[in-house]
Amino acid sequence: MSNSPITYGNTPLFDRGGLYYEPNLARNRFNQFLTGLAALFAAIAVLPLFLVLIYVLIQGGKLINLRLFLELPPPPGLDGGGIGNAILGTILVTLVASLISIPIGVGGGIFLSEYSQNGWFAQAVRFGTDVLSGVPSIISGVFVYGIIVATRVIAGQSYSAMAGGIALSVLMLPTVIKTTDEGLKLVPQELRWGAFGVGASKVVTILKITLPAAFTPIATGVVLAIARAAGETAPLIFTALFSPFWPEGMVSPIASMSVLIFNFAIMPYEAQNELAWAASFVLVIMILAANLIARWISRTARP
Amino acid sequence: MTSAPPPLSDAEAFTLRRRPASEKLFDQGFHYLTLALASFVGILLVAIVLTVFHGAREAIATFGARFITTSAWDPVNNEYGAFIAIYGTLVTAILSLVIAVPLGVGTAIFITEDLVPAQLRNAIGLMVELLAAIPSVVLGLWAIFVMEPAIRPALNLMHSLFGWSPFFAGQAIGPGMAPAILILVVMILPIITAISRDALNQVPIELRQGAYGIGTTRWGALLNIILPAAISAITGGIMLALGRAMGETMAVTMIIGNSLNFSLSLLAPGNTIASMLANQFGEADGIQVSALMYAALILMVLTLVVNIIAQWIVRRLSLKY
Repeated sequence: MSNSPITYGNTPLFDRGGLYYEPNLARNRFNQFLTGLAALFAAIAVLPLFLVLIYVLIQGGKLINLRLFLELPPPPGLDGGGIGNAILGTILVTLVASLISIPIGVGGGIFLSEYSQNGWFAQAVRFGTDVLSGVPSIISGVFVYGIIVATRVIAGQSYSAMAGGIALSVLMLPTVIKTTDEGLKLVPQELRWGAFGVGASKVVTILKITLPAAFTPIATGVVLAIARAAGETAPLIFTALFSPFWPEGMVSPIASMSVLIFNFAIMPYEAQNELAWAASFVLVIMILAANLIARWISRTARP
Repeated sequence: MTSAPPPLSDAEAFTLRRRPASEKLFDQGFHYLTLALASFVGILLVAIVLTVFHGAREAIATFGARFITTSAWDPVNNEYGAFIAIYGTLVTAILSLVIAVPLGVGTAIFITEDLVPAQLRNAIGLMVELLAAIPSVVLGLWAIFVMEPAIRPALNLMHSLFGWSPFFAGQAIGPGMAPAILILVVMILPIITAISRDALNQVPIELRQGAYGIGTTRWGALLNIILPAAISAITGGIMLALGRAMGETMAVTMIIGNSLNFSLSLLAPGNTIASMLANQFGEADGIQVSALMYAALILMVLTLVVNIIAQWIVRRLSLKY
């Protein structure tokens, strides 16, 4: 039955045999081998996420209790304590970074998309943004150390929470510009024409029509940029430094979860290592939640 | 909407309203404000280069080109050379690419082909993107306490098999170049996968249909038609990943061992420019700060060159259909 020739009316045209999938042909074996290899690579690629998450959730989850959020880390060698100052510090430093980079980034993005789509200057700024996003995070720490910490320009202080926030804002800026630029490009041209048609000026069109229409993609990008900044360590270790105490204002050194993880991971004390895992737990949950929420917003808001 | 406005007379309705000067000024002012904010990117880039260069001047004057080729790092005698760190930066970045490129491109192919249901493919894509969101310092913590002890037997097996070569000399005793390379693979895998996935998705479907139409297999089409069409974007992504790998700091710092002694062996501790900066910057003073700035300048030039080449590849060499 299956090998009956293909017919046209009663006339046999050709034998069907050659049309069947022959798994033992060299090309099909090669095909199966490469498909299996790609599947294996995909499995290897998702493996680290699971392994990291499992260890962070198990090792860090053990220590999650109220004390962790309310107490200071213990002196080396002692047990107990919490990471309350580091959680507060991360929030403060990230807030400073957001307050600096969001206005500048959104403004720059508006210029790129609304005022100078394809001018040479806009192209140069886009190129600069791409280059800036490739600058290693430690270099932004070195930059802020050289320009702010070493020169003591902020209230005569060297290491400070402000300096840490500025270093993080250097890393956030390219992402914010890029998401604003691309978010505004998605707004249909007809909306702008409509606004101009009823007599709105350019600035009113941008602030009342274009920017609100692009709110979702911009907000998504900004949330992702904040989440990324909250986990950064390299720009903070010699700008915000670390402090075992509660934050003492924005012009003195401040603790942060990421620097706490770095400092405590390499200490030879069990209690400190455990606090590093607990801080990782809090940080990873915050960052993954921000990522998933940002994705969810951008998916549900799409018409 | 309490009450309808009284109807306008024709003359009122069609009076041309001139914009007041204040409104025009505001319009212009906003334009220049956004222009200034956009210029900030350029100012920032120039400021970063100048600040690092300024900080490095003293060391450049003292050590010159010798800094790149010598490996002394001696704060007592104020003699500095960054050869170990430069070597470590290049070796870890390139070897991690060698491992991550096949993994990343293979994963991208797996999630752009219709081999498994779309839900599973999207889930894999999401998981790889979430991997990129895990902070570097958390990966470093995981590398110290979980990954390095787990792979040590495998590294020691490599030593017993290939111990005759200088690259696998000495037992693996803890932190070292090999675990640093593996954690770098984890960190650059998401970027390679994401860019390759976008590149493969943008290949026009007609190319694939044409290939299938003349009777090739899936991998025949992939290897001969689809990958060549996407290769420039994938190469750009690989260059970006190289830049990322060279500048990656925290995870590498925590697991590479920060050795000041040169060793060819991948099982021995090493150093990178970024980890040297992270470790020493806070406690350095005098010419050591300047020497570290010099090393930062070298790292910055390396990553800038790699990134600019990547941008150039993506912009200029992309195939136009």
